[in-house]
Amino acid sequence: MDAIIIETIIKAIIVLSVIAALAGFGTFIERKVLAFMQRRLGPMHVGPFGLLQLAADGIKLFTKEDIIPQHANRLIFMIAPIITAATAFIALAAVPLLPEFTLFGYTVHPIVADLNVGILFILGAMASGLYGPLLAGMAQANKWGIIGSARTAILFMSYEVVTGLSLLAPIMLVGSLSLIDFNNAQSGGIGEWMVWQQPLAFILFLIAGFAETNRTPFDLLEHEAEVVSGYATEYSGMRWGMFFIGEYANMITIGFMASLIFFGGFNDLGFIPGFLAIILKVSFFFFLMLWVRASWPHVRPDQLMWLCWKVLMPIALLNVLITGLVMMV
Amino acid sequence: MEQIAFYIFSVLTIGLFLVTVLSSNVLYAMTSLAAGMVIISGLFFLVGADFLGVVQLVVYVGAIMALYSFGMMFFDATKDIKEKNTNSYLVFALGGMIAVMFVVIFSAPVIGENIQATYFVTGATNPQAVGLILFTKYLIPFEVAAIMLLVAMIAGIILAGKKMDDSLTTRDENHEEDTTFGLKDEK
Repeated sequence: MDAIIIETIIKAIIVLSVIAALAGFGTFIERKVLAFMQRRLGPMHVGPFGLLQLAADGIKLFTKEDIIPQHANRLIFMIAPIITAATAFIALAAVPLLPEFTLFGYTVHPIVADLNVGILFILGAMASGLYGPLLAGMAQANKWGIIGSARTAILFMSYEVVTGLSLLAPIMLVGSLSLIDFNNAQSGGIGEWMVWQQPLAFILFLIAGFAETNRTPFDLLEHEAEVVSGYATEYSGMRWGMFFIGEYANMITIGFMASLIFFGGFNDLGFIPGFLAIILKVSFFFFLMLWVRASWPHVRPDQLMWLCWKVLMPIALLNVLITGLVMMV
Repeated sequence: MEQIAFYIFSVLTIGLFLVTVLSSNVLYAMTSLAAGMVIISGLFFLVGADFLGVVQLVVYVGAIMALYSFGMMFFDATKDIKEKNTNSYLVFALGGMIAVMFVVIFSAPVIGENIQATYFVTGATNPQAVGLILFTKYLIPFEVAAIMLLVAMIAGIILAGKKMDDSLTTRDENHEEDTTFGLKDEK
């Protein structure tokens, strides 16, 4: 009993520190990739290839004054960023990050909490992460903030239905809500990847995932050209930074979910061992998000709602129906 | 261990819902409601009902998000709301009902020792057990609930669907004046 508790605490700390560091590194990668795609150089003055820009940004964020607006609701204003960052890492708790491995004769399962309803838990935890922007916008007594939080509500009501329905068809095929079962169901190599059986579900999940992580085609919450900075207008310093750690951690989670559910997870891929395979897949999805950001304009809130409810939801329902018919017949 | 967790969760739930009822700030009230709902799902996890706990999380997070959007429309979130309540009969009736409820709550454990699970499912994981019971023993209540939701959905569509033909995204120039969303107020 005690061993499990200690093991879980160690795992949680490792996941927290590694993913938080990766989330910070993600901002650097994002700037470099965007610069490459837009024929710029990106950060390059601090350190080799601008690598130390990361440290410079970190120092700036940590030492910046933490401003709380005069008429804001202080308590809610202060806890809103923590909600975003915390739920992003809570969602990661149910993700099997790597294949099992043996360390000093002790078998390690790299998953913090092996729930048998892992997928639903991740979706629920990530959905409650949107309370961060919502509360931040409402608490700061700023009209851009209010618009940002209204857009958060719109975003949430749009994407949530598509995520659930698009994942329903793969769940029906595998017959389990556990991500480990999903991984084991696709252990037979590339031919057994879920994406070949459910290409439509994958595309729908990816679109909903972009909306869920507030990435560019659907980054309504804080689009600078329209609402200054939306929910983050009044934030500074580390509280602002926490929103972004949460956002990048969510991007990594969506990458893990896409590769575990649709792309064979951490099974060995030919000569590539499993742990490297999943890292490569997640990196690809991370890169895809940056790629899309560089190539696509963003949509209006009403367009997002139209897209999700009038286009994607009927397609997702049809997909579920057809999958069910094929399974029964 | 589980008992400690149970007491922490229950004290937090009751405290948060008390804030919901007693606070006169709409932001505090709704935030504590949402947090209370999330913590109730912790109680489900404690007794091993993972699936119900997650459903509690997913459903109520979305439902309260809708409440927030109403709060955003009608109240200033940074100020307290002045309530006017002079109906002392209501307070009397509510107080009496709370007293009755306390009696029921404290007598529940005495009666509760005789309670046993009617439909016991063995050899199935959590979501499967819920599904088995739901689609065999409770099929008719399930279908009735589904019809009720369908009725509510049709009513909502009829109430909201008066201007369904001119959508904001695909409208043509002629209908532009009709919409109340002043996207092009400047001209």
